Amino acid sequence: MAVTRLIARSAGLLLLGPLVAVAAVLPEERADVMYHGYSGGGVTIDGPSVLVRKNLGNSLSLSANYYVDMISGASIDVEATASEYSEQRDEFSLGADYLVDKTSISIGYTNSSENDYEAQTLAFGISQGFFGDLSTIGLRVSYGSDDVFRNGDDNFAAEAQHRRYSLSWNQILTQKLIAELSVETVADEGFLNNPYRSVRYLDAASGTGFSYQAEFYPTTRNSDAISVRAKYRLPYRAAIKAEYRRYADSWGIAADNMEFRYTHPLKEQDEWILEGKIRYYQQNNADFYSDLFPYLNATSFRARDKELSNYTTLALGIGVSYELPQRWSLLNRRNTINLYWDHILFDYEDFLDVTVHGGSTSINPGAEPAYSFSANVIRLFWSMRL
Amino acid sequence: MKRLVVLLSLFLSMSYVHAAEPSKDFTLASNQGANLRLAEQRGDVIMLNFWASWCGPCRQEMPLLDQLHARYSAAGFQVWGVNVDALRKDADTLLAKIPVDFPILFDSKGEVSKLYGVAAMPSTVFIDRDGNVRYIHKGYRDGDEAAYKKMIKELIRE
Amino acid sequence: MRALMLVCTLVLTTGCTITPWVAPYERQYLADPIMGFEQDPVAARYMNHVYEAREAARGAEGGSGGGCGCN
Repeated sequence: MAVTRLIARSAGLLLLGPLVAVAAVLPEERADVMYHGYSGGGVTIDGPSVLVRKNLGNSLSLSANYYVDMISGASIDVEATASEYSEQRDEFSLGADYLVDKTSISIGYTNSSENDYEAQTLAFGISQGFFGDLSTIGLRVSYGSDDVFRNGDDNFAAEAQHRRYSLSWNQILTQKLIAELSVETVADEGFLNNPYRSVRYLDAASGTGFSYQAEFYPTTRNSDAISVRAKYRLPYRAAIKAEYRRYADSWGIAADNMEFRYTHPLKEQDEWILEGKIRYYQQNNADFYSDLFPYLNATSFRARDKELSNYTTLALGIGVSYELPQRWSLLNRRNTINLYWDHILFDYEDFLDVTVHGGSTSINPGAEPAYSFSANVIRLFWSMRL
Repeated sequence: MKRLVVLLSLFLSMSYVHAAEPSKDFTLASNQGANLRLAEQRGDVIMLNFWASWCGPCRQEMPLLDQLHARYSAAGFQVWGVNVDALRKDADTLLAKIPVDFPILFDSKGEVSKLYGVAAMPSTVFIDRDGNVRYIHKGYRDGDEAAYKKMIKELIRE
Repeated sequence: MRALMLVCTLVLTTGCTITPWVAPYERQYLADPIMGFEQDPVAARYMNHVYEAREAARGAEGGSGGGCGCN
């Protein structure tokens, strides 16, 4: 519930995936079976993801994806006010890519469902190659509609809508350098907060010196993001990727992230490909965020959601891909086994760790240590390609 | 917007080229021992196929080109595979996996590709018995061999 | 956004007069699978999920591009 709310909201992302590799070419036929696992901050989320992409004739490619999140545990946001829980989110996506000369048109539908959240997303995209396919420009719009419920409260029902507009420009710069510029605007409307989370405020009447009340968010949120990324082929057979994104929204949050990635095949035949990456992210807090409000109903909007606080994340990741020898390959296709491990450090500035009050109450409200945690993310998958 | 539409229709119309201009002559090293010169092939129908080891559709059509070469060579037809790999060994590695009987020419510096304005990979140029470029086929998709056959038949009958 | 649109329009309308500086037969490095921004869509999308669920920022994840554009 608490954790998946945001994931469900982002369901639209899963829909089409990368717009198209290069215009005038259909996405490659493939099948992927992945186990994904996230563990950190008291929460474990794992499950399978299965993708099948198949061509029908020379100009139509169909894809289907089934994705499951199985959630158990309780993050610190709800630990203080609720008990552990476990639940499941199921997501189905269907997509079609249609090629007309140098133009690729894609449509997609995603349905995400869990016991207290239903989300549906429709997306449409078009991309076109220019200058002898040195440039590819893609446009994409999506519309998502959610129904929000609250377990244990049959009277609660709310809705939310999400509209996304994105534009990407992919450019081959030299024989060894490719770059991409993307911009995306997202407009949310409706019930945007989490029905389970609360904010805390100073309350002398309480034993700990503070009490909790429900969060209350604005009903609209508009955001803009712009990113640039480049990939360069080194003088030997290896590639580096650099990426930067700047983000700002109407809630007063501004964020930046930067990523570097190094990809190194061990043999000419692609048998082993090693990868290493580092990613840094930082954001400031939303205007209506506070770890500790001065009194009940102190502001018209209020949040103590740690994702809206002032914090940084640092991710380090390594991965390996191994191509199975031909004699073991199924159906005469290229088969790879892949394992990626990411370690992410979350370091909060103004989200304090209230769990210290469990043992002693000598710490004054607002004087608790800042919260931090680390998470491990595993992706283990098998891919079959032509 | 109007210009965009014009541009789009231009792109659409460019995918197939009907022409009848003299082919540009060249001489390239080949895997048949001697250098091969195009102008010396007058009287034969030549199917010039520009390909690379790193190009998926090119690899896919290699065996089909070999079949065409074998089937129509008695009627005065040849497939010439112009390889554009910068390193010849990359082409040799692939040819070891997908052996073909038609001659492979090595255009490592891309001079001939430039001469013919190769605008897609693969690109296939059909040259008639008089040495004129008659058709340029861009890319390869499943089923294109039917179009190849039709053109070859038409040209060898002339 | 508007400025970007303008740039795009310029690019579209002047496109034909610029000769592509990397020819289709010169894309051996770009055709290498390691040059794709993301090689495995399922894995890449999952990572975007992980970030988007735990960070306020969203959008412009990109991830297209690469390849030889072989047709």
